[in-house]
Parts: sequence; C-alpha cells; structure tokens
Amino acid sequence: MPIFHAHAPHRTGVPALELERVTVHYRSDVPALEDVSLRVERGELVAIVGPNGAGKSTLFKVIVGAVKPTRGAVRIYGSQPGGHICISYVPQRSQIDRRFPVTVADVVMMGRVGKIGLFRWPSRQDWELVHRALAQVGMETFADRPIGELSGGQQQRVFLARALAQEAELILLDEPLTGLDMPSQRAIMTILARLREQGITILVATHDLNLAADHFPRMVLLNRRLIADGSPEEVLTPEHLAQAYGGHLHVLPTESGALILADTCCSHGEPPPLPLGRDGGAGADASRREER
Amino acid sequence: MTLWHWLADPLAYPFMGRALLASVMVGVVCSVLGTYIVLQGMAFFGDALAHAILPGVVVAFLLGWPLEVGALVFGVLTAIGIGLLSEREEIKEDTAIGIVFAGSFALGVALLSTVRSYATDLTHILFGDVLGVSNGDLALIFGLGLLVLVTVFAFYKEFLVLTFDPMLAMVLRLPARFLRYLLLVLLAVTIVVSLQTVGVALMLAMLITPATAAFLLTRRLPVMMGMAALIGAFSNVTGLYLSYYVNVASGPAMVLVATAIFLLVYFLGPDRGLVWQWRRHRGRQRVVAPR
Repeated sequence: MPIFHAHAPHRTGVPALELERVTVHYRSDVPALEDVSLRVERGELVAIVGPNGAGKSTLFKVIVGAVKPTRGAVRIYGSQPGGHICISYVPQRSQIDRRFPVTVADVVMMGRVGKIGLFRWPSRQDWELVHRALAQVGMETFADRPIGELSGGQQQRVFLARALAQEAELILLDEPLTGLDMPSQRAIMTILARLREQGITILVATHDLNLAADHFPRMVLLNRRLIADGSPEEVLTPEHLAQAYGGHLHVLPTESGALILADTCCSHGEPPPLPLGRDGGAGADASRREER
Repeated sequence: MTLWHWLADPLAYPFMGRALLASVMVGVVCSVLGTYIVLQGMAFFGDALAHAILPGVVVAFLLGWPLEVGALVFGVLTAIGIGLLSEREEIKEDTAIGIVFAGSFALGVALLSTVRSYATDLTHILFGDVLGVSNGDLALIFGLGLLVLVTVFAFYKEFLVLTFDPMLAMVLRLPARFLRYLLLVLLAVTIVVSLQTVGVALMLAMLITPATAAFLLTRRLPVMMGMAALIGAFSNVTGLYLSYYVNVASGPAMVLVATAIFLLVYFLGPDRGLVWQWRRHRGRQRVVAPR
C-alpha cells in the first residue's frame, strides 16, 4: 500500500456517486449492507433514512473509502473512493471532542490540509478561503472562538464551512439535525439548499422521517437492503415502512399526507426521542458493530 | 546568599551544567510531544512504552554499549509491535499494551538481576541519574530531541487532523497509518531522550503533566505546546536545583514540581480553575436567589 496517494481526476458525464450491488460484512453472518445499488447525480440532495443499525453509517464509510465493500463496487465521479479528496464527511456532534484546543478557523483550515500538501504551511489564499467559507455559512464572526463554545447548530455550520474550504463536491452529513432546535435546523437546510445550487452533491443520513420528508426531494429508505428510493411520496408508503421498521411504526393517512408514529416506548429504557424510528433489538446491535 | 549565587554556584560543577542543559531539553521535548499524547488519550501507552524499553537498556548495559542505543532499538521495535498487536482486534488495546508492558519489564528486571550491582543499576534506570549525564549523553539528548521537535513541527497540520478527526484524515488521503506509527516512533525516541534524566518509572509524568497543565490554560494547540514546553523546562530546572539544595533525588524532584504546577493550575487557573468555577457558581446562585 502506498504511503502517499495521488488524487484521481474527475470524469465528466458520469454520476457523482454510483454504488453497484454493494454488500458489506463485518464480523457477523448478518451483512451490514446487502446488495445496495444507488445512483446519485451531481447536485442532488438526498436523505438516507432508516432505523438505527440500518447501515446508514456503513454506507457513508463505504463511500468515503473507510470500509471496503465485501462485494460490489463504489464509484465517485467514475473512480474508486480511494483517489478522492473531494468528499467531505461531516461527523455527528458526539464524535467531536469539544475540549480539543482548536478555534473555529483552525477547524475549517483542516479542510485545506490535503490541498496544501506535506511540509507546507497555509498561505494567505488558504486563510482567505477559510474566511470566505465561514462567511458562506454565516459564522465569520466566530472565527477565533474555541470550537467547544459553539452550540450544536453552529458547530454543524462550521463543519459545512470546512467542507467548503476542502472544495468538496460530495458532502456526507451524519445526523446533522439531531438535537437541534427548529431555527438551527432551518439554517442548516438553507445552507444545504444553497450548496446544492453550486452543484455540490449532498447526502444526509437521518432517522427523522418527518424532517426528511419535509426538506428533501429524494429519499432512500434503507434497512440493510435498499427498500425504496424516490420522492418522499413514493418512499413513505405503509408497505415500505413496514419493511424497514417492522411493527415499530404506524402510518396514519391524513389530509396533508401520511402521519408517521413511532413506537419507541421500550427501547433500552431511554426517554422516547422526538425523531422517529429508534428501534431496539437486532438493529441496535448492528449499530454497535458499526461504531468500531 | 543572593538569588544569583543561589542559581549560579551549583553550575561551577561541570556535571551540574550538563544536567541543567539536559533537563531543559528533556522538559521541552517531552512536553511538546506529550501534547499529542494527552489529546489522543495515549497516556497508558506512553507509560507502557517507557517500561517496555527496559530490556533494551539492560542488554546494552550488559554488552557495554551506550544505554541509549539499546533503548532506542528496543523502544522503536516495541512501539511498532504494540501498534501491530492493537490493529488486530482479537484483544482489546489496553490489554495488549498491558501484556507487552509487564512482560518486557519483567524480562528487563530478570536480565538485570544477573548482575552483581543490581540494586544501584536498577535504581538509576528506573529513576534516572541526571547528574551522571556525560558529554556524549548530552549530544545524544540534543540530537534526538531536536529531531523530535523538527518532526513534530514538520507534520504539525497532519498530526492535528489525525488527532482531531481521524475520519477527515482518511477522507483527505493523509497517510494516516504512517503518521500513527511515526507518532509511536517519536514517542519511543522521546523516552530514550529522557531516560537518563527521569528514568523509566517517572517518564509518564514528563509526558503528560506539563501538557495537561497547559491544556487547562489555553484553547489553542500551538499555545498549548509552547506553554507545556515552558512548564516542562521550568519544572525540570527547579527540580534540579531542589535536588542540589535539599538533597533529594533529581527525577522525583522534577516530577513533584510539575505536579505542583498542575495542581496550582487545576485549582487556581484563570477561568477554568476549580476555585473560579466555584466562585462563578456561587455568584450565579446569589443572582438567582433574590428573585
């Protein structure tokens, strides 16, 4: 394995992301992902939904190149995940050490590290890019603040700025709206819509079905296998949801569309969370496996 | 006796001059690298590696080689070995480290116990003997120490990304595995550099105590490194003088000074010190109470 990687060039006329019958096995007999095929064009905004342990994180890891598929192929702009630094992964809030001694600008500059290259220091242009990226997400006044002082929504915006500084063309967000209040959620969605206009492809993993249905033109419903893929109306049918969630979900048809109720009372004794679709049992087990 | 005399008089002895230089360099190198050890939560690893170096030292001692050579070879090998062992997921990482650490420490002590002057030699290796630093040792300490500092500086932004967000390192195609092993090797070299000054048993304090005190004082990594270096160098020099005047062992004296500074910062540090937090807490209660 080479220590230093060359970056693959982009081909035009190919989808931003293409998964072809991807299967991922960790150490158990049950695959984390099974036979998933997916095609995402440049500039699409897609919600990946499904219960916990459905393989959303695994899907992202496969796209990023952190996990190799057991079977199948992943192509980003026509080449393998390994060659790209145009993918950006926005981590879940809980994955970041809030006490880490870095400022907001430092975090955004990290996105430039790949482009700057070894044994070089950030130039004036790099810093300008960092500040422009922060301005784009409305966080320029926070540049010198420690990352740990920010609220959840602000932190997500900073990580989006990092993706911009990285000049990412495919951005993956893992549960970016979980635990945020309504205004913060709306701010993030506005930024995502703007990025999309710039031709950036965005995939968002979430277990909040209602939120996904409200904001995303395309949804992919996942539970190890790909269950449905299309507009929210096409995806959120009782049959699909029953397939993904089993008995944990109830769909009530109403005037303004389907109302989805999640049965979350008995999962690990947690208080019932606001977002839908937390299930226990085998699903939670699989998510634990994914965290490694 | 004036302060100047108090400081300058001991330096009339050449061994004190060498000890002073060695203490400063060791304080700086350990604290700067220790910053990453603290941020990555590798304290146990550092302690284990320091102990695991013992057999190398003893073999070099028995063969009449410079101790540092044996320590360096064995340290780098152990660092890579522990790295490989924890990459496979059959055993938990801390268990793997514990086994290697205790096993090689036992091997080192067993080898050393075959020598007649066992007790004295063991004490020197375990707790250091900064007053015994020779000119050759000093050259080695400065050579290897500068090498560590230059490497940390050269890979600054890559180490930062790897420590803060390993997933980003992966996405950016940084040579993450290479960097991880580089850090382990740097740690091994740093341990060798400070072997003569603090010895195997107290090495961990040099790595993490000044860095943690600095961590409590700032929210920027370069500042944290600078402060850690200052605290490390200051503790070591103060410890050295204490050992001269109060006649206590130098290694423990240095560690005790660093520990005292840490406690001071922990309780009295601006903003985040316990006392301030307590006062703020009480202040808030007083504001709330009259309503």
